[in-house]
Amino acid sequence: MSFWRAIAVVAFLVTVPGLLAGEIPSDARRSGYSFMGPETRAIQDDDTSNPGMLFVLDGEALWAKKTGSAGKACADCHGDARNSMKGIAARYPAFDKTLGRPVTLDQRINLCRADHQQATPLPYESRDLLALSAFVAQQSRGVAITAGDDPQAKPFVEQGRNLFMQREGQLNLACTNCHDDNFDKHLAGAPITQAQPTGYPLYRLEWQTLGSLERRLRSCMAGVRAQAYDYGAPELVALELYLMSRARGMPMETPAVRP
Amino acid sequence: MAAALINVPSRAKRGDIIEIRTLTSHIMETGFRHTMDGTLVPRDIITSFTCRYNGTEIFRADLFPAIAANPYLSFFTIAKESGKFEFEWIGDNGYASTASASITVE
Repeated sequence: MSFWRAIAVVAFLVTVPGLLAGEIPSDARRSGYSFMGPETRAIQDDDTSNPGMLFVLDGEALWAKKTGSAGKACADCHGDARNSMKGIAARYPAFDKTLGRPVTLDQRINLCRADHQQATPLPYESRDLLALSAFVAQQSRGVAITAGDDPQAKPFVEQGRNLFMQREGQLNLACTNCHDDNFDKHLAGAPITQAQPTGYPLYRLEWQTLGSLERRLRSCMAGVRAQAYDYGAPELVALELYLMSRARGMPMETPAVRP
Repeated sequence: MAAALINVPSRAKRGDIIEIRTLTSHIMETGFRHTMDGTLVPRDIITSFTCRYNGTEIFRADLFPAIAANPYLSFFTIAKESGKFEFEWIGDNGYASTASASITVE
């Protein structure tokens, strides 16, 4: 009896730190901004040099433009985005009651287009979709992230966490192996960050355009030689949700600039 | 959609050296890339940028395929009189875009 209890205690002591190892304490979390050089920070800091702002301007125009067979613009229902959209992006991906699963901001925009504007969905990573989501998310700049607080979203946060911890691809690496255990080190010339998604959609100098968090996740998956999930796949949304909940309380930076 | 971000100080003292910063939206396709099926993606870049200060040309730049998308240009001039800066970008396939900013010189 005591022998088995001892084994159980040992097993418990061995697994518990194993599960918690690597998770970054909340006061040690850092935005990707803090890993960048001074030149790249300067591009983000000044709105007249931040190329992400070009997309925000496009998004502002699209917000007021009537579209679809309903002939309605976003502004016709939501009014001035500066008030109505403040803090919205900080809680996305958010649980959708009708669908019974979380949806990303991009998916929400397309749901709105389908349901209220009777318009065709904008393709993932298209300029118009990125522009609209950048414009909406920019209204949350400086707002603390609250995604994943909804109790109904919890199982999906857990699913995302499991995916984050799960090894995959020919290199057999999990997200956590780099972003929890080895941040601040370098992968070739590039610094490994903590993967706190505070500034999406963001302008990557490497892409020479704005891109979504899903695009970033897919390129990480290609990097470990794994088959990347399709845009909008439930696994990607769950990962996105977990990452946002992991950055809970950190301020939004959209549109951020990253190397 | 052609959008530009211009940063010109709204007021300056006569004789001040002022910085002008411009950022414009453009893909700057080099013309050296191929698609998956091997066809060449045709070049599509901005080739020329001009800035006029009350009608007088004060800055001009030629742009080439190696310049990144959404070109950012910054330059200096001397604030001489109140008026208008006019910016013009010209590129491949008949691309033309303009923007302007005004300044008050005291």
